[in-house]
Amino acid sequence: MRRNASNGSSQSGPSENGPSETDPSEGEQRDVSVVPADALRGAAPAAEERHVTGRPAELGPRARLWPSLVAVYRAQLSRARVARIPLLFVATFQSIGIMILMRGVVDGGGEAQAVVAGSAVLVVAFVALNLLAQYFGQLRASGGLDHYATLPVPPAAVVLGTAGAYASFTAPGTVVTAVFGCLLFGLPMTHLWVLLAVIPLAGAALAGLGAALGLLAPRPEFATLLGQLGMSAALLLGVLPPERMPQLVRLARDLLPSTYGVEAFARTFGERPDWGFVLGDLAVCAAVGVISLAVATWAYRRAAVR
Amino acid sequence: MCVVRELSKTYPAVRGRRGAPATPEVRATDDVTLDIRRGEIFGLLGPNGAGKSTLVRQLTGLMRPDGGSVEILGHDIVRHPERAARILAYLGQESSALDELTVSLAAETTGRLRGLEVRRARAERDAVLEELGLTGLAARPIKKLSGGQRRLACFAAALVGERPLLVLDEPTTGMDPVARRAVWSAVDRRRAEQGATVVLVTHNVIEAETVLDRVAVLDRGRVIACDTPSGLKEQVAGEVRVDLVWRESAPLHVPEVAALRDRVVESGRRWTLRLAPEEARAVVATVTGGAAFAALDDFTLATPSLEDVYLALGGAARQGLVRT
Repeated sequence: MRRNASNGSSQSGPSENGPSETDPSEGEQRDVSVVPADALRGAAPAAEERHVTGRPAELGPRARLWPSLVAVYRAQLSRARVARIPLLFVATFQSIGIMILMRGVVDGGGEAQAVVAGSAVLVVAFVALNLLAQYFGQLRASGGLDHYATLPVPPAAVVLGTAGAYASFTAPGTVVTAVFGCLLFGLPMTHLWVLLAVIPLAGAALAGLGAALGLLAPRPEFATLLGQLGMSAALLLGVLPPERMPQLVRLARDLLPSTYGVEAFARTFGERPDWGFVLGDLAVCAAVGVISLAVATWAYRRAAVR
Repeated sequence: MCVVRELSKTYPAVRGRRGAPATPEVRATDDVTLDIRRGEIFGLLGPNGAGKSTLVRQLTGLMRPDGGSVEILGHDIVRHPERAARILAYLGQESSALDELTVSLAAETTGRLRGLEVRRARAERDAVLEELGLTGLAARPIKKLSGGQRRLACFAAALVGERPLLVLDEPTTGMDPVARRAVWSAVDRRRAEQGATVVLVTHNVIEAETVLDRVAVLDRGRVIACDTPSGLKEQVAGEVRVDLVWRESAPLHVPEVAALRDRVVESGRRWTLRLAPEEARAVVATVTGGAAFAALDDFTLATPSLEDVYLALGGAARQGLVRT
């Protein structure tokens, strides 16, 4: 080891900066290890190594699905609390602003129901689809997935825990938007409880889609772009009343999973909601949620081991 | 403990696009063969781009090699990469997965994801944070910490949930001496008490010489030497390293100085020479007397370090290793 002046093997020249100019931190480095490197040689004989029996060593425990899902969910929720609150405000104000704008165009009836339901679900789309796609896109690009990939955690726990945290984070904004919309357009608040089903199911569908987009996009910019596009689609196709749209756009609307959340919610504003249709719409959300989360889990597995 | 045979990985050539130049095929690891023994601190030393991180990613099951085998504690990691997560703890260079969590939650969550139940994860979290002197920072988000503290927090997370093998990719980057000492005493304790093995990636030669039991020197994907630090240094024992720092530029009008020019490694105002002891004495005499002295800012004479070993073995990068 090089040591200035301490062992006589070094001398210093005529320096204006003083003799320590070469390596100011060397003095600190000397006692970098508490135990000398050779001290443990005896304690760890090299020969013991070769697994003479041929029997592999016991593996550490695997993290089970449910506890690790809860752990990821908790961690992501705490993270969301710090990082996402401003964005949640943006999402909520955006939806409220759209409703105020539409107030001038739409005058009650079925169209008003569609606007309120669409704006409420838009909050879910903003957070669950757009922000989650960005999050996974960046995590993948920056190598952050390595952290999870070197832990014995089931891929589904990471994807479901994260998606669940993002989806539940949308709840307050969605409720605020829905209540505000009901007051603005004079809609009944009797069946607002249906949000208890709409938020998790639309949330699952959109978060699954967002996670899949984020993990599949070859570059983080694409993930961001896809998330934004998905949200714009949810905005245009979800908030505007479908009766005024051309056939082709209506078809696109039917392909978007958020549509079914919007429809289910909008139906409950009626005098006598047809619960069969509401359940049907929610079932579509649930099915899309299952499929997209399965795709996202597969994409995660693929992204983690390159 | 960890047996690596003929490991190789080639990154394919990338065709140039607008704004992005083409890159040729790169052999990131080239027939790497290593035997890491139980309980040792084994180092991978090399400049940036030497293939250290690629090798580590292959050891941890994060990257499938093109060929060769990795066996850790009797488990074939190439065939079963998912088993690596149950044998080793990995501290990568990136902290983006933990950045927004508090120090305490990052450690606890990591423990939970290593299969610990809640109470155990919390107890280990508290013990590790205490051991590393992080208790005072436990409630702070990792993102808000300084670079060295952030690194230490990630190291803490890596230690929750005991593992027989720790793979640490430049763990002490940006740390102050207190934090570095905390890292090395935590490593030593695990080695003494649990017989833990450590694979350490570094490009810091001082750290390598101080903490490593054995070191593999990597250059352009190949292991060019593998021995104890002192064993490696014996290979260049006959040499002395002379560093000359000029005030403005080298006084090339002095014939003795001009004669040295072909043999130096130049880095700005610094000249580095590797010489036999008598020659070194002559050079020092020349530059400390006469016309050259007026141009001299500083000089040092030192016994060889692992950096000199790296260069003597034919390492290609002239400036890749650090001595801080």
